[in-house]
Amino acid sequence: MGWKELKKGDVLEAGTAQNFETGDWRSKRPIWHPEICIQCLFCWIHCPDSSITVDRTNSKMTGFDLKHCKGCGICAKVCPTKPNKAITMEDEKK
Amino acid sequence: MPAVAKTGNEAMAEAMRQINPDVVAAYPITPATEIAMIFAQFVADGMVDTEFVAVESEHSAMSATVGAAASGVRAMTATSSQGLALMYEILPIASGLRLPIVMPEVNRALSAPINIHCDHSDTMAARDFGWIQIFSENAQEAYDNTLQAVKIAEDTRVRLPAMVTTDGFIISHCMEKIEMLDEEQAKAYIGNYKPEYSVLDIKTPITVGALDLQDYYFEHRYAVAEAMRSVNEVILEVGKDFGKKFGREYGLFEEYKLSDADIAIVALGSTAGTAKAVVDSLREKKIKAGLLKLRVFRPFPHAEIASALSKMKAVAVMDRSDSLSSAGGPLFTEIRSALFDMAIKPKLINFIYGLGGRDISKEEIESIFSELGSIAKTGTIKDLFNYLGVRGK
Repeated sequence: MGWKELKKGDVLEAGTAQNFETGDWRSKRPIWHPEICIQCLFCWIHCPDSSITVDRTNSKMTGFDLKHCKGCGICAKVCPTKPNKAITMEDEKK
Repeated sequence: MPAVAKTGNEAMAEAMRQINPDVVAAYPITPATEIAMIFAQFVADGMVDTEFVAVESEHSAMSATVGAAASGVRAMTATSSQGLALMYEILPIASGLRLPIVMPEVNRALSAPINIHCDHSDTMAARDFGWIQIFSENAQEAYDNTLQAVKIAEDTRVRLPAMVTTDGFIISHCMEKIEMLDEEQAKAYIGNYKPEYSVLDIKTPITVGALDLQDYYFEHRYAVAEAMRSVNEVILEVGKDFGKKFGREYGLFEEYKLSDADIAIVALGSTAGTAKAVVDSLREKKIKAGLLKLRVFRPFPHAEIASALSKMKAVAVMDRSDSLSSAGGPLFTEIRSALFDMAIKPKLINFIYGLGGRDISKEEIESIFSELGSIAKTGTIKDLFNYLGVRGK
């Protein structure tokens, strides 16, 4: 695309970050244990990258968007279930 | 059109009232304070429909103006000197986002030492930010230029921000007789604004100012450069149309007794008025002196200036700011560069003058013309870079 085809100003359609894989440098990945999960959605509200996927029809957590998850581990940290957490982190290399 | 007595600041505030922008975000700074102050009174008195945002700094003033303009409305602000310097970070964002913001700017020296009086250091330092820069010789031009700047900046070939300058105190606080457009005339002249885009249009959500690295930054900046190249054509159209409608025509620069001149000076702003008086008195003595008063510094009308000056024998370029490059003021280097490719060109010298508001007298301009006379005769330049009237030099 040449410069003439660009819109005036630095203007793009919204939400283009969706199309860009920003999770490819993750060193740890979250693992979901649905049998323990109580569907409190703490992980969803705390995730800084909107990478907790939720079924819009029933508002239930369904897993992770690993294309954008950076592996920060906040979801595992805030998961309240005891004694075992419903989200744990494991090495990406494993 | 009734004649009224207005200072430069009043004239620009009146122009803003007639433009009736949707948003004005401003912070006071001498000598531009009155522009926002008078305009705020217009807002308080219900004479305009403007949302006035009283911000806490010029950085915020320009940021709020950019935000408002990106939402698709007419947005303005006004400032001077250190205030403009505090806006520097945001100025290239306004041009990069192609927002046709119009800003009255009252030229004042930069610190240190602290000084509130006129020189052009503030806007010269902002010359490479993609803003159109239009200089005014007096209050009438300040008023006319502010109105025209809206037409120029908003033209779809342009869509770039514009600053209209006056000389601090010399124009901003000096009362002159000016002619203003009738209210209906001004309203019809300014017309409606159709924005290129709006961040508040929820039906078409957009991202504005996204990250744009090695891949497309260059093309976006090229588009700004290309828009800048079309500005002068629009300025000429707007200036001609203004003349046809209201009797005062404007170009890229004014040639005062220049066409048959042997020696000439180039100046910006109020100094041009003093220079005209000197040119008149020299002409009475049969000395072929002339003046090129530059109106548009950005974009720089290099080809037009080169052709207007090429047949002179000697020319002095007057810079009311110093680039501190050790190689001449900003106007000098641009004009020298413009003349480089001309087969015939004049001897060119530079005078840096009037920093911090120091007055320039008719006698001093006469002495410059007399030096040009001897350069024209001998073909020898004594000093290329001169600092006019610096004590102890």
